[in-house]
Amino acid sequence: MMLAAAASAEVGSEVTPSTPEVVGFTGAFAVELCLLALLAATAVAMIRMRRLFGVAMLSGIYSLLSAAFFVALDAVDVAFTEAAVGAGMSTVLLLSGIALTAKVEMPVSRTRTIAPLIIVGVTAAALVYATIDMPGFGDANAPANAYVGRAYIEQTPSDIEVPNVVTAVLASYRGFDTFGETVVVFTAGLACLLLLGAGAIRGGGRNDDGEH
Amino acid sequence: MYWVASFAILVAMALMLVRAVKGPTVYDRVLSVNSFGTKTVLLLGVLGFLMGRPAFLDIALLYALINFIATIAILKFFRYGDLSGMMHGDDPARREAE
Repeated sequence: MMLAAAASAEVGSEVTPSTPEVVGFTGAFAVELCLLALLAATAVAMIRMRRLFGVAMLSGIYSLLSAAFFVALDAVDVAFTEAAVGAGMSTVLLLSGIALTAKVEMPVSRTRTIAPLIIVGVTAAALVYATIDMPGFGDANAPANAYVGRAYIEQTPSDIEVPNVVTAVLASYRGFDTFGETVVVFTAGLACLLLLGAGAIRGGGRNDDGEH
Repeated sequence: MYWVASFAILVAMALMLVRAVKGPTVYDRVLSVNSFGTKTVLLLGVLGFLMGRPAFLDIALLYALINFIATIAILKFFRYGDLSGMMHGDDPARREAE
């Protein structure tokens, strides 16, 4: 998922959303706010829940919500990666992990949660601070939109003849890059299968059918 | 009009979320996740028209496929305890029936 996020960040930094919208309280903006509120509610519920099956279900919901949020932000490719990896694959992986370990999370003492909370808070503050310097959404003069991004937007209709610039960049301009990423994801999937799926370990401690 | 539709879907999503959090049984949770995926598909369709880009409908269709596979995987996990139960030919449901 990190790889997908990195790839999409790379793409997102160089491909402009189609039209810069006037900042204001539009309907799409209100929908985005509602989606973010639902995301926050889901995250809090995931933290408070102790039964891991429910947490896995909620993580699927979280992925679907963030995918919808990415679509609302015009980042369709990121949204699709999130839906496939987050809602599809990682829910299944979480369930496999639950099958191999425990069904219920052990309670954690209050004192042990203080240090992680501080670390997360500081990181979040640094990230929010970093967003202050960022150019506005869809700003034509932003560095991400100015140089190679503009060239992609201008040349894609004549070079590649596909309507979507992101698709053109991913599948044609950076075809080898995407191929390498796909190989990496495939290898990771194979490793997960070897660890969790078709190996000798079955959930509940039953190792085989008594053949050995 | 699309706004009203999208807000109705968002309210439905919130209700699904409540059921996924509170849901007393596992089936409530599975059903809420599946239904949440359906709501996401609907929301994407409406958002496409709301933002003037009806091409989002294709993505919504793909989401429907992913949602279906995920639900099947969850149910299979819940029935067999792991995801490779069928590989043994060891079918608890069939065993119960015999």
